[in-house]
Amino acid sequence: MGIDFKQLYKTFSLKELRKGLGVTGRRFFNKKITVMYPEEKTPKSPRFRGLHALRRYANGEERCIACKLCEAVCPALAITIDSEEREDGQRRTTRYDIDLFKCIYCGFCEEACPVDSIVLTDIHEFHMEKNDERLIDKQGLLDIGDKYEQQIAEARRQDAPYR
Amino acid sequence: MIRDFIFFLTGWLPESIQIAIWVMIKIVAIMLPLILCVAYFTLAERKVIGFMQLRVGPNRVGPRGLFQPFADVGKLLMKEVILPSKSNKFLFLLAPVLSLAPALAAWAVLPFTDHLVLADIDASLLYVLALTSMGVYGVIVAGWASNSKYAFLGAMRSAAQIVAYEIAMGFALVGVLMVAGSLNLREIVLGQAGYGIGSWYLWPLFPLFIVYFISGVAETNRAPFDVAEGESEIVAGFHVEYSGMAFAVFFLAEYANMLLIAALTVVLFLGGWLPPVEAAPFTWIPGLMWFGLKTSLVAFFFLWFRATFPRYRYDQIMRLGWKVLIPVTLVWIFVIGIGKFYTPFASFFS
Repeated sequence: MGIDFKQLYKTFSLKELRKGLGVTGRRFFNKKITVMYPEEKTPKSPRFRGLHALRRYANGEERCIACKLCEAVCPALAITIDSEEREDGQRRTTRYDIDLFKCIYCGFCEEACPVDSIVLTDIHEFHMEKNDERLIDKQGLLDIGDKYEQQIAEARRQDAPYR
Repeated sequence: MIRDFIFFLTGWLPESIQIAIWVMIKIVAIMLPLILCVAYFTLAERKVIGFMQLRVGPNRVGPRGLFQPFADVGKLLMKEVILPSKSNKFLFLLAPVLSLAPALAAWAVLPFTDHLVLADIDASLLYVLALTSMGVYGVIVAGWASNSKYAFLGAMRSAAQIVAYEIAMGFALVGVLMVAGSLNLREIVLGQAGYGIGSWYLWPLFPLFIVYFISGVAETNRAPFDVAEGESEIVAGFHVEYSGMAFAVFFLAEYANMLLIAALTVVLFLGGWLPPVEAAPFTWIPGLMWFGLKTSLVAFFFLWFRATFPRYRYDQIMRLGWKVLIPVTLVWIFVIGIGKFYTPFASFFS
């Protein structure tokens, strides 16, 4: 039975502990990489999937034709659609609700949409203060689409070559 | 002088009440700065660990986050103290008090400077040792009263751990005792006077100093010995069920204990209020300042450890406590004893 003096020295001189302390000790003085969030922001990809919106055509006609592909593809069952025939004979939604608590922001609805109607904008700083605010209805989604149309179109244009 | 003034103001009261008032004032005079220190220690922890992880830590409340502790206290005060329905209500609320009271009471005998000590009792070292071991009851009672498996596991772990490290800590203090020849903390510090840093007990007791500090970290359930909390295994250990102010009291106790261990390390091994060099520019700085500086330095190590070391596995903790630290202290006690009486190096060991 031999005593490993080298190992013993290593243990009792706390060599490895001191090494570890040295690493954190050096980092203590390093430049900090924190981004001061509300003042500074990190760049966002045009593919960012944030808050939902329903888009319109340039002439003001809503794009959605109530094909319900998004409702079908949604893995979280966050979308609820009812549809009816409009006076001019076109099929349109009468109800288009998204439950933001159920939504997992996978972007499948956007991929499924044949008319690029439902989109995920790059807005991620939104909140609700009451439980029922988690449901956005058709009008709400169209409003978001109207408000941020330029932003949405720009992001789609930037990403177009890679689609 | 202040004493005379207080007694003059309260001259119309019976003397026993006057004395009680005077003692209360002294207690508040130690307690208030202490709690303020604890509050800022929590901020220091978040800042230091942040810096070591290349973050900046809290910086929103007040300039550079300096008012963060007050925001925290305000938040915790306003939160509800939830009493679990299957818990023992009395013990559940008693536990935080049991853990905070010893952490604060131990400060009574701590000599901040030669004259600044609330109760200069003869066996103050023994008193401190007794009170720091009392703290574990808070943890055990909390774990038991919560009636929750995680809290109970945390309490069990903490009890076993503290029993193990208490012994190593006690033996380390025996070393101090042998060298100083006194149980009085003030006299222990005075025994370290002379040639500045060279005559501190740090040198003759170096292994015991390390052991004491490691045991101190274990005693306060801090990383890397924080199995009692073990966020990743048992959520928050003994205080899972606590919220609001009851939780804050546990928090306060933990940090007060950490500062206590730091202060004790300074008193026992690092020369208390004595300057490191007994020469002109160093002796100008008052003793209280030196005490504070050294305590901050030692307290910084607690944070540094937490930022550096991963948590020990439970059996590793037990092995370190029983099979490494206790033998080391025993051997060094023998070395001190032999060195003091049978070798020409007696002066080194006294």
